[in-house]
Amino acid sequence: MLLSPTPMHIPDGFLSVLVSIVLWIAAIGVITLAVRKLNQSLAEKDIPLMGVVAAAIFAGQMLNFTVVGGTSGHLLGAALATMLLGPWAAVIVMTTVVATQALIFQDGGLLALGGNIFNMAVIGVFVSYSVSQILRRFLGEDLKGILIRGFAAAWSSIFVASLAAALELALSGTSPANIAVPAMAGIHALIGLGEGAITLGALSFIYATRRDLLKIGPTHPTTSKGVILGGLGIAALLAILSPLASAYPDGLEWVAEQNGFLEAAQDSAYTIIPDYIFPGISNEAVATIAAGIAGVLIVAAISLVVARSQRQADPKV
Amino acid sequence: MVKLNNSTSATPVIQIQDLRFSYPDGQPALQGITFSAMPGEKIALVGPNGAGKSTLILHLNGILSGEGLLEICGRQLDHKNLSQVRARVGLVFQSPDDQLFSPTVFEDVAYGPIYQGLSPAEVQSRVEAALAAVHMEPYIHRNSHHLSIGEKKRIAIATVLSMEPEILVLDEPSAGLDPRARRQLIELLQELPQTMIIATHDLALVRDILPRTLLLDQGRVVADGPTDVILSNSALVAEHGLA
Amino acid sequence: MSSAARLLDPYRAHSSLLHRLDARVKLALAVGFIFTTALIPPGGWPAFILLLTITTSGVLLSRLGLGYVLKRSLLALPFILSAVPLLFTSTGEAWISFPVPGTTAVISQAGVVRVTSIALKSWLSVQAAVLLAATTPIQDLLIALRSYHLPRLLAVTIALMWRYLFVMTDEALRLLRARTARSTRVPGQRAGGRLVWRARITGGMAGSLLLRSFERSEAIYHAMVSRGYDGEIRALPSAPLSATAIFATIASAFVLGGILMLGLLTGG
Repeated sequence: MLLSPTPMHIPDGFLSVLVSIVLWIAAIGVITLAVRKLNQSLAEKDIPLMGVVAAAIFAGQMLNFTVVGGTSGHLLGAALATMLLGPWAAVIVMTTVVATQALIFQDGGLLALGGNIFNMAVIGVFVSYSVSQILRRFLGEDLKGILIRGFAAAWSSIFVASLAAALELALSGTSPANIAVPAMAGIHALIGLGEGAITLGALSFIYATRRDLLKIGPTHPTTSKGVILGGLGIAALLAILSPLASAYPDGLEWVAEQNGFLEAAQDSAYTIIPDYIFPGISNEAVATIAAGIAGVLIVAAISLVVARSQRQADPKV
Repeated sequence: MVKLNNSTSATPVIQIQDLRFSYPDGQPALQGITFSAMPGEKIALVGPNGAGKSTLILHLNGILSGEGLLEICGRQLDHKNLSQVRARVGLVFQSPDDQLFSPTVFEDVAYGPIYQGLSPAEVQSRVEAALAAVHMEPYIHRNSHHLSIGEKKRIAIATVLSMEPEILVLDEPSAGLDPRARRQLIELLQELPQTMIIATHDLALVRDILPRTLLLDQGRVVADGPTDVILSNSALVAEHGLA
Repeated sequence: MSSAARLLDPYRAHSSLLHRLDARVKLALAVGFIFTTALIPPGGWPAFILLLTITTSGVLLSRLGLGYVLKRSLLALPFILSAVPLLFTSTGEAWISFPVPGTTAVISQAGVVRVTSIALKSWLSVQAAVLLAATTPIQDLLIALRSYHLPRLLAVTIALMWRYLFVMTDEALRLLRARTARSTRVPGQRAGGRLVWRARITGGMAGSLLLRSFERSEAIYHAMVSRGYDGEIRALPSAPLSATAIFATIASAFVLGGILMLGLLTGG
């Protein structure tokens, strides 16, 4: 399947409402910052560039290579986008890709979209940028230096983003941390190798054909210290939290249970009212059956209405 | 099963009988194609856009698969032997950019042999031979992106020749070439010994180097015979949008 | 041959109630539906049933066909594997236990309830998203998003990406085909090359796509400027929301609210 969901695009239903909202706020914050920065610095001719690069990355995610047997590796592209466009434009490009995947292709949920954007378009980009810029100090500007930076940036972006996703799932009570974190980290440490290798290939090709496009050489000396700090900060935070979470899953369970307590608290507020308005509703079995019957009746009624209006529109049927 | 060529002792390299194919959205593309090709034949595939030329080409190396008989070098294509049969059919696509995705010409031409698992020494000799066949040896370490379209087309042919196929299939090879590059390409194609099937709108090329013509329209073979006979039939040419 | 990529577009043109509904309302309803679904505690079966009634009604009203929506909605299902450990780790009375080397695995009733609820919520949410995407052309969606204050830069980027998406996915398909045509086997040799090499080749293909996008963008810019582009997404001015649309929104809000209450009462 061309657009099979990757392990990184979290569907709806797996993140709690609280976690989703927090991540949305974080994502919107970074996007707003990116838009502001770009509105100042972007040349008008670069605006179509972001759109087409987003299309190229989207299409690029369809390219695959056989790993073993039936499994294949794919590209995410956050590191590549960062190395070609710089961090702020890469945030916009990756947000575009991830949002379109969710809205149009249901690859990732809509409520969870904030989290997916934060993981792939923010963490993915920031960590790529940090790793690449920090390594630049130790490596030359030649092809080898660029390839090493690219590989490291790509691997880190995938790995750190997956840690974030695992913690988000654990905080939502969907997946116990002591399983989710090692599992996600383990799988994505491998997937990250694939991303690194693909990024290597892409950088080699671009270096050979249009070296000027790589925004990582001396021609683009302006570095965004904020992004570097941000990327480092996130990576460090996740690096510390993840093993802690794995070792003390109860801690996160406790947090998740607080969520549950919240919902239970809402629950108790209503126990006084129901018997007035919905007699018998406290009996769950009755309620379920009643809902089932109501549901069937409603669907049947609508089917009839739709069928009849179709016949009216098309009398020959 | 009716054999179409019953006179020669050699077996056909391509044998197709009643090949039918429709795209997933239901659009019928091939509605019963029948023809066969002997080793060394040079055949033109002509017809208006939408006739099914590209679709037919994609069947020849199993990228698409339809119903009916399709044998390459005497073997029916099925999913088990697909990549082996593919080694015999070199497909050169219309846009060379789709085939050149490595930083250097060497790596692009080496893709086929490397995938086949040949040793580095064999890969080297295959690449050199393929580039020699298309007269592009000096370009071996260049990046193909910086070449002209005529040069790219020749490199694209080399990327396929390095697999040492018996059959070469080309889709619109002369499209987009200036007169000189076109002339050079035609001369090159004349030199190559493989069985050749060329889908093209370039009737001058057809008359020049391809003795046999297959005229396709709406997924069917409308005419199959000597080029000069078919192309001088003005009624046929007009009716099927060739000129 | 571009029809291969066209199949990716989920929008199906019909003339149905849902298709005619204003995109701004549909977007709000879809998000509201998913939000409500997320708030239902595990085990809120009556609420889930009613939510399923809503999506099924939506599918019928949209003339999309149950098969089509079902196929697309099952995409998210594999992710449920991440929640499977909950079967074993949730506290509560045991339901099924079976021996496992070293210990006994215990599946609790609470665990089954939780995992099933997650799966249902996920499935319901995806259906709502499918209904939105399949009944709303992207241009309308973007205008709706702009009216909800999506930044102009983001909207423009999405629009341009969409415009070139099918071109680029076509090219990706052609690159894949060209590679397949040269990925051949000879008897007696192990084919495929090394894994890292395969990954790098794939990277080269991605690099080729990116390069083409850069080279295209200049041509695109010139073409747009010569047609008066100034960076805004425009269409005919949006008609104010009709009374029906407003009524539909308010009514839906009440229905969802009611279902939420039902869920809170009967779940957890």
